[in-house]
Amino acid sequence: MEHYHMNLTLKVWRQKNKNERGRFETFQVKNISSEMSFLEMFDVLNEQLVAEQKEPIAFDHDCREGICGMCSMYINGRAHGPWHHTTTCQLHMREYKDGDTIVVEPWRANSFPVIKDLVVDRSSFDRIIQAGGYVSVNTGNAVDANALPIEKQKADESFAAAACIGCGACVAACPNASAMLFVSAKVSHLALLPQGDPERKTRAVNMIQQMDKEGFGSCTNIGACEAECPKGISLENIARLNREYIGAVFSGSGEGNA
Amino acid sequence: MSLTGLFLILFLLVHCYINAQIFYNDGGERFRAAAHFMGTNFVIRTVEIGLFAFLILHIVQGLLLWARNRARRSTRYAVSAGSKTSSWYSRSMALLGTLVLLFLLVHLSKFWGPNRLSQTMGNGELDLYTMMRDEFQVTWIVIVYICGCIALGWHLVHGFYSSFQTLGLGTHRYKGMIKGIGVAFSIIVPLIFALMPIAFYTGWIS
Repeated sequence: MEHYHMNLTLKVWRQKNKNERGRFETFQVKNISSEMSFLEMFDVLNEQLVAEQKEPIAFDHDCREGICGMCSMYINGRAHGPWHHTTTCQLHMREYKDGDTIVVEPWRANSFPVIKDLVVDRSSFDRIIQAGGYVSVNTGNAVDANALPIEKQKADESFAAAACIGCGACVAACPNASAMLFVSAKVSHLALLPQGDPERKTRAVNMIQQMDKEGFGSCTNIGACEAECPKGISLENIARLNREYIGAVFSGSGEGNA
Repeated sequence: MSLTGLFLILFLLVHCYINAQIFYNDGGERFRAAAHFMGTNFVIRTVEIGLFAFLILHIVQGLLLWARNRARRSTRYAVSAGSKTSSWYSRSMALLGTLVLLFLLVHLSKFWGPNRLSQTMGNGELDLYTMMRDEFQVTWIVIVYICGCIALGWHLVHGFYSSFQTLGLGTHRYKGMIKGIGVAFSIIVPLIFALMPIAFYTGWIS
């Protein structure tokens, strides 16, 4: 692909902290390489702002190779930008043309309050994991990896669910700000394996209860989460979570917390 | 939402089957027999109470769900994904449901209401076939019915699949089948309903 440079107009959400009202600010960036990643373009903009003695834009990032789940920009109406199965750090500037205007917002959900600019607080996800996203193991020597036979199909489905990086794009994209795709991935990857069996029922109930407590919306099966998930987590996981939950409630584990 | 929705889907099936008797074009003989059974049978009349209870529950649940979900995002996005990531009808269930409800109010006030009123007053059943024939000569009523059926169809396209997904049945083995049957149901049933006023209006049935 041919290498080119471009000038862009950026409309970026600026917000001092959780309590102050935010607003859009417009910036011009020049001479952006088509081979840069979206975050590198933001690095260029921030260096420009620092040189001008202005406050740089706060944004989340860590690994920059699409697996950490930190980057979280809502770009022109799309979580992690327009590319399929891609995090913001893996979105490249060849997507854009010279003269384009790009609107960048933080994830918007009451359960993800803005900390600053484009950085949101996703600790609600951590508390959901703490509520049930673990397995009990015996202490002592590590068990031989092949001691537990697991069906191929279940292993594959579990692995696919475990690909969730907890970035929150599902919540950001959902018109209801529901976290069902995230919770369903976390419940599924353990529920499908024998290691996850002891806490299987209390896990589904406790994680759902915590999800509701955090103020996420209810799932109405719209499917925008699946369309925007950078890791391709399937809606089938939500069906599985519903089965797990219904099964747990009807078998008398509805109280959770066991 | 899901269970009440599935019950209402079952009702649509029965309602559609009974009313489709008019297409025999036998001057309403078979339709009158079916309507008489539905209007006087004790079991059916008892289930009717349940039907209204489920309908009201479905409406209340739906409106609460819509209001609560809207409140989960106080600051809206400046740019939204629109239909790039989801279908318009899956996002518009509350709107489509409201349109169906408005249609339903007109519909009940035309047939069910007067008929039950007459029965309660001790004047016996009304001749629903003749009422249909007369009502469906009026252009605006026919238009309202067609619009109601279109809204119902779109509501069902998402609602049918969605109820099974909520009950945990949307696995890869059944998902395609459920979606397929759902789309077929959402086209065929509202189409048969819409053909009834059209048939009377155009004179296919006299």
